[in-house]
This record gives sequence, C-alpha cells and structure tokens, in this order.
Amino acid sequence: MLSCKEVSLLTSKSMDTTLTRRERLAVHLHLLYCRGCTRFRDQLQFLRRAAQRSSKTLSAGTVRLPAAARDRIQAALRRER
Amino acid sequence: MNKKSHPHTDPNTWLDQHGDALYRFALVRVRDSAVAEDLVQDTLLAALRAHERFAGQSSELTWLIAILKNKIVDHYRRHVREAPLPESEDPDGLIDALFKKSNDHWLTVPAAWQDPDTSLENSQFWQAFTDCLQGLPARQAQAFTLTELDGLGTDELCKVLGVTSSNVWVLLHRARLRLRECLEHGWFGNEARDR
Repeated sequence: MLSCKEVSLLTSKSMDTTLTRRERLAVHLHLLYCRGCTRFRDQLQFLRRAAQRSSKTLSAGTVRLPAAARDRIQAALRRER
Repeated sequence: MNKKSHPHTDPNTWLDQHGDALYRFALVRVRDSAVAEDLVQDTLLAALRAHERFAGQSSELTWLIAILKNKIVDHYRRHVREAPLPESEDPDGLIDALFKKSNDHWLTVPAAWQDPDTSLENSQFWQAFTDCLQGLPARQAQAFTLTELDGLGTDELCKVLGVTSSNVWVLLHRARLRLRECLEHGWFGNEARDR
C-alpha cells in the first residue's frame, strides 16, 4: 500500500503525464479510503482552474507600465526604426 | 512608414495600446519589475524587426504576447544557467514538514474547501492567490507558471529549466503543495472545515 506522501506525488504527477497502470491502480485504491488525498487531488484540479483563470484576470488588472520605462522603451523603438 | 502594405498593425501604437498588458503578463511570470520592463522592450524591438511577418490572423496583442512568451522562456534559460539546481529534491524540507515521519501520512489532513470555485469570482481571492504565487521559491514558481499559465509540457519544461523530467514533477509537486497550504491558511482557512 502506498503512503499519502507517495500518493500526493503521483496525484500531482498525473496532472503532467500519464501514470503507469500499476500506479493508477495503486492511487485509485488509496483514494477509496483516504479523505485527505482525495481532497488534495480535487484541490490540485482547482489550482489548475484558478491558474488558468488568473492569466486572464491578472492581465486585466490595474498595474501599469511605469512612465520612466515607457519613455525608455519609446526611445529604444525610435532608435531601431 | 509603409503603412499600406501592413494594414493590420501599426508599430507606432503598440506601446500605448499594449504596453500595460505586456508588462502585466511579464510581471506575473518573472516577479521583478525591472526584468519585466526589459522584456517588454525586447518584445517590442523583436516585433518591430519581424512585423512584416505579422499575418493578421491573430490579434495584435496575441501576436505580441507570443513573442513575449519566447522572451520569458529565454530569460528563464539564462537564469537557470546562472543558478544551478540544488542537490536535494527537497532542499527546504517542505515535503518532510507535511508528512509524519513514522508512516508518511499527512501530518495535518488537507481541509475541505467549501465550493472553491465561487472564490474565482472574488477579487480578494486573486490578491491571496497572487501573494501565494509570489511566496513560492523562484524555481517552483517558474515550473508552476510555465505549466499552468503557459501550458508547457514536461519535455519543454525540462529544456527550459535544464533538469530531468522527474525533477520537473517534483518541482511541480512542491509548488502545488506549497500553494495549497498557502491558500488554505490565507484564504480557505476561515471557512475550511475538517468534516
């Protein structure tokens, strides 16, 4: 039987690659009786949804390119043209 | 300027129209305002040299963001060469701190998060999320943002970070463990119940 430490790594890894059949089976059996690891798996999927949404939300944020940088970049672009 | 042959894009307007969006995109990923400013400049210079190739099939911003993504990956590559990977896979002892020594079970079982997706509509959640992301060690943050925000696969990530695939999986695991902890304490803590 796998420990929670091992299952948490496999759960995370399963988001990035395909686990072997043996690994999938072992994780599945562990999750049947482990509430902590089941929540962990659901929360990792939530983190993925949040990260995907964040790239939209944060790029719609209020942070602005500082004025000094803007002037510097404008000058660099003029030199290049 | 030869505007007529390139009706879809006018370099004179890029900085005004897209400077802030490019800067924000870079800042979330590199977490250093000076570096983010340089990346915006590099991106616009590269775009200027290549703008005959802008086909107008995507929006101007999408095209500029694609160039910026490459610049960010280059930046990470340089950064990695300058800062080699620590020897241990758990240098800060994070994984050891979360699991019992005796049997490798959770020291504190992850709490139940009640209906977490409603948080996605809450602007304060995004502050907490950003703070947690900023709190990650640099290499974990790079692995996480390149995977989850930019959709890089394991093979690409290995090349960018200069590590093996098993290193990548461990880095991502530690990033996720840490983010999860941080959000549980910083955000879901008030409502999370161990039911």
